[in-house]
Amino acid sequence: MENFTPWSALAGGALLGLSAVILLLFRGRIAGISGILSGLFTPHKEDTSWRVLFLVGMMLGAAILLPMGFSIAKVPQGSTLLYVLAGLLVGIGTKLGNGCTSGHGICGMGRFSVRSVVATVVFMGVAILVVLLREQLGWF
Amino acid sequence: MNRVIALLAGILFGMGMVVSQMVDPAKVMGFLNISGNWDPSLAFVMGGALLVFSPCYHLFIKPRQTAISGEVLKVPTTTAIDKPLIIGASLFGLGWGLAGICPGPALTALVTGQQEILLFLAAMAGGQLLVIGWSKLRVRAMQRASS
Repeated sequence: MENFTPWSALAGGALLGLSAVILLLFRGRIAGISGILSGLFTPHKEDTSWRVLFLVGMMLGAAILLPMGFSIAKVPQGSTLLYVLAGLLVGIGTKLGNGCTSGHGICGMGRFSVRSVVATVVFMGVAILVVLLREQLGWF
Repeated sequence: MNRVIALLAGILFGMGMVVSQMVDPAKVMGFLNISGNWDPSLAFVMGGALLVFSPCYHLFIKPRQTAISGEVLKVPTTTAIDKPLIIGASLFGLGWGLAGICPGPALTALVTGQQEILLFLAAMAGGQLLVIGWSKLRVRAMQRASS
């Protein structure tokens, strides 16, 4: 467990929680990233600008921290097929299941939504299984 | 003011992603790989977020009729544990396990302009559009059947 970083994990998590509180309390919106993005594809009046601003803000937040000693690790170089397949599955899955790690994992579970607890257990369980199969059996 | 709030919430989210290192797929894989050198950090990220969000939601948001802006509190009302939820969560887990990237980190890391992130995001948007298109077709087919 030498890679374990409990304090930065807790601090970063607290920032995510604070972001979700602010967006819901002030604007009435759930800080679920997959939903914020997919909402742009079925545009309604008065519903686009907050989404764009939030997504731009995410990149801005990262850009603000980069000169302050923080870094964004490079994504491991993998095959094009791997990233396209993974992205496609994440896109279909989050739209079909109505949420990802932030929407279900933070906002939904935080509201004690059983639906979100089930979703989180399922996607985390499947992801752990995928990694286990790869590590143990050398699949894909 | 409303726009500043949306931007500010996004900035805090992006900072959270960087501080917690969830933008690093290797860090996420360290959590998902329970048979290796397990790194519980991701659970602490979720825990930190829940420790802030959950009490604030129950104390300050849930009792309210509307958001401070006057807008509707768009809190999901669906409670069904149905097939789309289970299939969707499973497919998402499959994709997440393959690359170690989920939507929040991907959109934050877009700022680096890495090709792998661009590919992932384009495919992810494509996947969401596929589901949107498919459900529109289904609605139309059902309308035709009932008319």
